[in-house]
Amino acid sequence: MTADDLETVMARALARRIDYADLYFEYEVSEGVSLEEGLVKTASRDITQGVGVRALAGDRTGFAYANDISIPQIEIAAQTARSIAADAGGAGDVLPQRVGGPSRDLYPVDHSVLDAPLPARIDLLQEIDRLARAYDPRIQHVMAGISCESKVVLVVTSDGRMVGDVRPLARLNVTCIAQEGGNRQVGSFGGGGRVGFDFFFDQDRWRRFTREAARRAIVNLSARPAPAGTMTVVLGSGWPGILLHEAVGHGLEADFNRKRVSAFSDLLGQRVASELCTIVDDGTIPWRRGSLNVDDEGTPTGRTVLIENGILKGYLQDRLNARLMKMPLTGNGRRESFAHAPMPRMTNTFMLAGHSTPDEIIASVPYGLYAVAFGGGQVDITSGKFVFSASEAYLIEQGRVTHPVKGATLIGNGPDVLKRVSMVGNDLELDAGVGTCGKDGQSVPVGVGLPTIRIDGLTVGGTQG
Amino acid sequence: MVLDRELVEALLDKARRLGAADADVIAVEGTTFSTRVRLGQIDRLEQARERRLGFRAIIDQRTAVSSTADLSPESLNQLVAETCTRAALMAPDPHAGLPPPGTGVTAIPDLDLWDGAYGDPPAEEKVELARVAEAAALAYDPRISNSEGAEFDQGQSDIVYADTNGVFGNYRSSSFSLSVVAIAGRGDAMQRDYWYSAKRKFRLLDPPDVIGKVAAQRAVARLGARKMPTQDAPVVFDPQMAARLVSAVATAASGYSLYKNASYLGGALGQVIASPLVTIIDDGTIPMGLGSKPFDGEGLPTRRTVLVEKGTLTSYLLDTYSAKKLGLSPTGNAARGVGDPPSVSPTNCYLMAGTSSPREIIGSVRSGLYVTQLIGFGVNTVTGDYSQGAAGLWIENGELAFPVEEITIAGNLKHIFRDIEMVGSDLEFRSRISAPTVKVASMTIAGT
Repeated sequence: MTADDLETVMARALARRIDYADLYFEYEVSEGVSLEEGLVKTASRDITQGVGVRALAGDRTGFAYANDISIPQIEIAAQTARSIAADAGGAGDVLPQRVGGPSRDLYPVDHSVLDAPLPARIDLLQEIDRLARAYDPRIQHVMAGISCESKVVLVVTSDGRMVGDVRPLARLNVTCIAQEGGNRQVGSFGGGGRVGFDFFFDQDRWRRFTREAARRAIVNLSARPAPAGTMTVVLGSGWPGILLHEAVGHGLEADFNRKRVSAFSDLLGQRVASELCTIVDDGTIPWRRGSLNVDDEGTPTGRTVLIENGILKGYLQDRLNARLMKMPLTGNGRRESFAHAPMPRMTNTFMLAGHSTPDEIIASVPYGLYAVAFGGGQVDITSGKFVFSASEAYLIEQGRVTHPVKGATLIGNGPDVLKRVSMVGNDLELDAGVGTCGKDGQSVPVGVGLPTIRIDGLTVGGTQG
Repeated sequence: MVLDRELVEALLDKARRLGAADADVIAVEGTTFSTRVRLGQIDRLEQARERRLGFRAIIDQRTAVSSTADLSPESLNQLVAETCTRAALMAPDPHAGLPPPGTGVTAIPDLDLWDGAYGDPPAEEKVELARVAEAAALAYDPRISNSEGAEFDQGQSDIVYADTNGVFGNYRSSSFSLSVVAIAGRGDAMQRDYWYSAKRKFRLLDPPDVIGKVAAQRAVARLGARKMPTQDAPVVFDPQMAARLVSAVATAASGYSLYKNASYLGGALGQVIASPLVTIIDDGTIPMGLGSKPFDGEGLPTRRTVLVEKGTLTSYLLDTYSAKKLGLSPTGNAARGVGDPPSVSPTNCYLMAGTSSPREIIGSVRSGLYVTQLIGFGVNTVTGDYSQGAAGLWIENGELAFPVEEITIAGNLKHIFRDIEMVGSDLEFRSRISAPTVKVASMTIAGT
């Protein structure tokens, strides 16, 4: 297939009056290898390829895909996509002119994990198993896995761009189950990014991930049931930034705001957080899981200020919504694969550091919850209600961290909770690289980050009233 | 059909020549159509075709799996060779292997999973269904202020399974669904809710105006919601939310959770784990069932399994591997992504209907919660700890009194299931996991 073929298809896709069309080619190799019961029992390898064809007319989207990449298949898909445009007005005949790839590389990887010999990956998993079991005799089960992929994408657009990107992604996960009598608890940790195999050995990361998983499982053995009710909550730095992702990030995606179905609709320029809060989405941080040279519409990613000193400043845009809202592109048009149409999505979302030390923040709380690790979170973007579940948390009594608690779910209201942020730490940290965000059935890798923060009055759902 | 028998046999033969006494192939070809109508206009129209083949080789009890979308003969031959090479690097596992010869499906039962009569409805008809459904929601109540649209989805797939024990099976299935997301209220007092219908047959979908109306009713019912003080109180789960409790049991009863000692139901086979009102069935053979299939992901016939009988745990959900590990027999619950080794998943899993009407159940509560929405991931099937974000209606003196939100409900699955004191008569098979209304005597509700 040649570039001329693509021009021909694009010209036909535009034969009816549409505003915009694009082709998205993808080729991906992914591998997974995992260990349980001390054995690497199976390894998997998948090769995925396909093309997605999209046409936009007004606020309508026509989309089709197929996983045979051939001119006839693309033409069938293009025909479906343009059927959407039957009676809409629009720009018309633009032919693509070839333009280069992205002008930067945020994730130059000399040796992708895929290049690391399988035996090397198997050896690493076995080392992890030994290290976790050596951590404490109460560690009874260890599960560990390395997953990696290399994705090559090419976006060809009706406004004359042709942009490609090669995207590595790798992740190491460790889960330990600790047992003491009839009490059984889980601890997990992991990390990765758009990195090579060396990443897991730099700074002894694999050892840190393993010890961290084992430590959490052991800590949870002595955890008491969490309290229930509204109280002061201190969130630790790093992964607890999932609060921002759920409480404000989704609510600031442009599609929900254009349709006015978000709890943040029409609040641009208004105060939505305490003045201590500045929150950004940044897709340009090298090696990060949520970073991209260009988004899945070929737009370079950037740094978007969502909230500045408490004032709502911006939305996360893809091409369709930016055009309809007459706002600039932000490089947040993302899709899970060729089989999914792009939507506005987050990249790496975090709060900038403040001035308090973490110790000052803890010391300021007479009674509350200190949450340092979370499982997953979810939000109802219309009512603004979000939840997230703590996997490692402690009680704070009289300004001191006392005993661990388990089973704490935090629930709050997005537009309200950041107004209750009363202290922001100087210890901003990004997560270790395990985040996956789900929206409308599509999963994409993301990052989050947070300094230690204090929130006055968040509902904690435990069992001890 | 995506692959003829000859080609599949040739791949398995090649695997045998490379030393894989045991190997299997799974192939899926599917087409989908989806359209969303919002505020009366087409918002999105989507159409697709996809096919994939997965291959598993087991050589000297060492396993590797692969999948590809490139079905050219050269590429498939390379896939087989490469997978066999990779298998040799794995640790030998005495429990690895195909189901024993002679246990695989032979005659494929017709579970009526394909809408052969209907074929492919014209796009206009499907768009019109979505339009009518959304219009019914928008017209239902002046407080319905907006819509996320109505969506019609249709899928059709062909599945082939073959292995070196001579099992060969294939079947075709279809699915249709129609859903509406309605928004009620405005500004900072907005609420959304949805309703849907999903069926194997196009003509069996609920009428579109009913789907729209229910979505609107549910959204309007949530307007003006408030928080509640923290307390212990009875909790009534509506059928959709009760199904999530059933789902948690199915996860905890999966063979993989059990042999890793990662389930709160470990060692509980034959023990009382729930109130005598609780009977949970997994049945992959229900005609037209959304979770039905004639054979599972490793070619074993599906069947009806009683998981919990009157409160006693009577079976786990097992594939060949997890059954061997536990010294039990597989239950036909092998699930399989094309490129993954088998795992375990329920088919059609449901809590059997009880005798109380939903009205009686709500009527029995003096002060408590009727849950219509749960959010979050606070169900830990390793420990049974349960803590979920919730919204719904508060029950006062046996009547639904006012909406509540931003609360959590918490407990432990061990106690929640033993504390089930009423089970509704209103079981409907709306999705793969189903339940009637369920009342739990007491849970901790956290709020103000």
